[in-house]
Amino acid sequence: MSSYKIIDHEYDVVVLGAGGSGLRAAVGLSEAGLKTACISKVFPTRSHTSAAQGGISAALGNMGEDDWRWHMYDTVKGADWLGDQDCIEYLCKEAPRAVIELERYGVPFSRTEDGKIYQRPFGGMTKNYGNETVQRTCAAADRTGHAILHTLYGQALKHNTEFFIEYFALDLLMKDGACKGLIAWNLDDGTIHRFRSHITIIATGGYGKIYYSSTSSHTCTGDGNAMILRAGLPLQDMEFVQFHPTGIYGHGTLISEGVRGEGGYLVNSKGERFMERYAPKAKDLASRDVVSRSIAIEINEGRGVGKEQDHVHLHLSHLDPKVIEERLPGISESSRLFANVDVTKEPIPVVPTVHYNMGGIPTNYKAEVMTVNGSEKTVPGLMAIGEAACVSVHGANRLGSNSLIDLVVFGRAAAKRAAELIKPGTPHEEISESETEKCLERFDKLRNANGENKTADLRLAMQKTMQLKCAVFRTDKTLKEGINDIRKSFDGMESISVKDKSLIYNTDLVETLEFDNLIRQAIITMDSAYQRKESRGAHARDDFPKRDDEKFMKHTLSWCNGKETKIDYRPVHKTTLTSDVQYFPPQERVY
Amino acid sequence: MVQINLPENSKVKKGKYYKDTTGSKNIRKVNIYRWDPSSGENPRIDTYEVDMDNCPSKVLDLLNKIKNEIDPSLAYRRSCSHGVCGSCAMNMDGKNGLACTKPHAEIDGDINIYPLPHLKVKKDLIGDLSILYKQYESIEPWLKTNKKVETKEIYQSREDRSKLDGAYECIMCACCSTACPSYWWNGDKYLGPAVLLQAYRWIIDSRDDERKERLKKIADEFKLYRCHTIMNCTNACPKGLNPAKAIAEIKKMLATS
Repeated sequence: MSSYKIIDHEYDVVVLGAGGSGLRAAVGLSEAGLKTACISKVFPTRSHTSAAQGGISAALGNMGEDDWRWHMYDTVKGADWLGDQDCIEYLCKEAPRAVIELERYGVPFSRTEDGKIYQRPFGGMTKNYGNETVQRTCAAADRTGHAILHTLYGQALKHNTEFFIEYFALDLLMKDGACKGLIAWNLDDGTIHRFRSHITIIATGGYGKIYYSSTSSHTCTGDGNAMILRAGLPLQDMEFVQFHPTGIYGHGTLISEGVRGEGGYLVNSKGERFMERYAPKAKDLASRDVVSRSIAIEINEGRGVGKEQDHVHLHLSHLDPKVIEERLPGISESSRLFANVDVTKEPIPVVPTVHYNMGGIPTNYKAEVMTVNGSEKTVPGLMAIGEAACVSVHGANRLGSNSLIDLVVFGRAAAKRAAELIKPGTPHEEISESETEKCLERFDKLRNANGENKTADLRLAMQKTMQLKCAVFRTDKTLKEGINDIRKSFDGMESISVKDKSLIYNTDLVETLEFDNLIRQAIITMDSAYQRKESRGAHARDDFPKRDDEKFMKHTLSWCNGKETKIDYRPVHKTTLTSDVQYFPPQERVY
Repeated sequence: MVQINLPENSKVKKGKYYKDTTGSKNIRKVNIYRWDPSSGENPRIDTYEVDMDNCPSKVLDLLNKIKNEIDPSLAYRRSCSHGVCGSCAMNMDGKNGLACTKPHAEIDGDINIYPLPHLKVKKDLIGDLSILYKQYESIEPWLKTNKKVETKEIYQSREDRSKLDGAYECIMCACCSTACPSYWWNGDKYLGPAVLLQAYRWIIDSRDDERKERLKKIADEFKLYRCHTIMNCTNACPKGLNPAKAIAEIKKMLATS
């Protein structure tokens, strides 16, 4: 592999990914005086955080009484008791401070009459442990993610973070079970870069693109997750894939939960507000898994709208046009562009659409990556944050507006922990060339692949398999078929073809590397789903309709070597972090 | 008379022709600018015959279809596919826009797709935005406040907050700046509409304590005053923003301060 030009770098910390969590970590690391590199395959403001709409949760109490403990209870319940309560406590307790910090960075939040940050109702967010709806979700109109992302990029510039933009990361450099950095390919000039670092923070986002229809960006390919798998480490709870109730029918564009927060509601072909039947109290503001399942049942039972009766309607034309203009301008634009709908007059055609991965790289609340080898152990030199991580604060189902807060709370936590662990100026260890060789071999093999199968065809087959066999409702039969079918897409890689052989902006090769990353995650998502014989949160099994706390109140851990997988489990943390709050024991989950 | 020609290696040549292989009766011709820096060859225009019966409505769908089904070597940036990330800005049918929000049905005849104008081309439809990004850094896009209390938000009235509408939504796609003849000419020194709109966003933020310094910093015959109110920027913005107005507001603030 000596034909590749390799450029070496040394940093205290390397952050992989420049979305909300990666940027927040980078800011904290720079503040702490650590030499930090932030690597991203896209320019930071192109990251998928920009697509977040409705808001960021924090018990600020700007719109009436609120308490971070109530937020914690809602999150535990939303997670269907699969979340680790020590981590959830940390998230909810730190949330108000994190939002205030964002505001002081310059995020243009919408405002209340008295000039405070505006907060809107959101699914599953309640007052006094489930009693009534609370307004907890801080919003910048319906462009909250975009506003936060641009602001955080500005902060990173302020702190002179060193960026490596349009670099595609290939693999981690591991030595004796510890991470020593990573290797990346510079798309701009075709060179290979080896970053040595004391700590590597993975902030690469989710892997929604394993599905055919998702709200995810093209770039949501879980590259960091796949690097973890190739390093022989496990991913956690991969069977938990969130379907957002309201993606635009036929296109998948996200329509924010904020629409229902502001008073919008769902209607079937009979004109019924069917959510009243499924969630008498919370109605359209039940948590996402509940609303998505309800829509799926309405459609399955023949009450869908449209020619094919395969979607439902989201009404908001009854709202004051001023409210729509001020608080929901973005979704008005999306609806016009992608559904040809004027939201002040007509309903939006929507359908549950893949949106978020609760699963990912297992970490503790300090963002340190965990593995299990007899007992829980941290992996030295490795951290993960954002959607790539599975802390796990979202458990089996994430509440809307809990992802943006996850990004900044744990981005900050990672920086804080790294500053504790690293003494500035510590020299870097030598690493053997074999790690680099192994990484470049895979790269070179794919680059020079001249087989029969187009990457796009294999990707499409994978996406269709996931969509068909691992959807809102799952059964033993569909998952068994899925396990088999998904491996066919993997086998197709044996004879894959890459037409472009160049090294500069070779997007053909990028997509092939991304497919190589996606397919491994698709395989373990399917396998993990098959093994979990219960229904919990976003994982709904027709053949096991009940939650089974006795057998399955545990996190799935999955390893993947090619198409061989290994599944193991670790218990859910049943303690809180401090005595400020009591452990919430499992209850029946009703909205 | 003086003759001005493109350098030999910049002349765009006729490229490959990809004939339809599906037998579709509903074909459109798509002409795309191609250039591969590794090949040493001139830029060229490749033509693809595309089956429109099986193609969703936007130009990005068309490009994805070409990349997936006809020619995987075609290079372009794309990410969110619904107009918020700003990756897929390009020149379509002679106008700058986002491929993911531009319906191809709005284009008559052959569909011509080029990179954003007057950028150095990196490859095919990928332009070099590094100068624009540097200029963005130069306006210091972060809040500067002297308020010390850090446990509470800085209050902002709804009226003051509404002043940011039309400015904070910018997605930095560069459609406006690369549509501006003045930016084509002086792109190294003139900040251009995209960056000036962002400068304005911080100047009018009621929470910022350095409005005067910000204004002073850009009050320069090149940075600001190369805007000659041509208004191409406002015409080009795929988000419906009005950078020309923001620039005019900055000039007005300077004239009256």
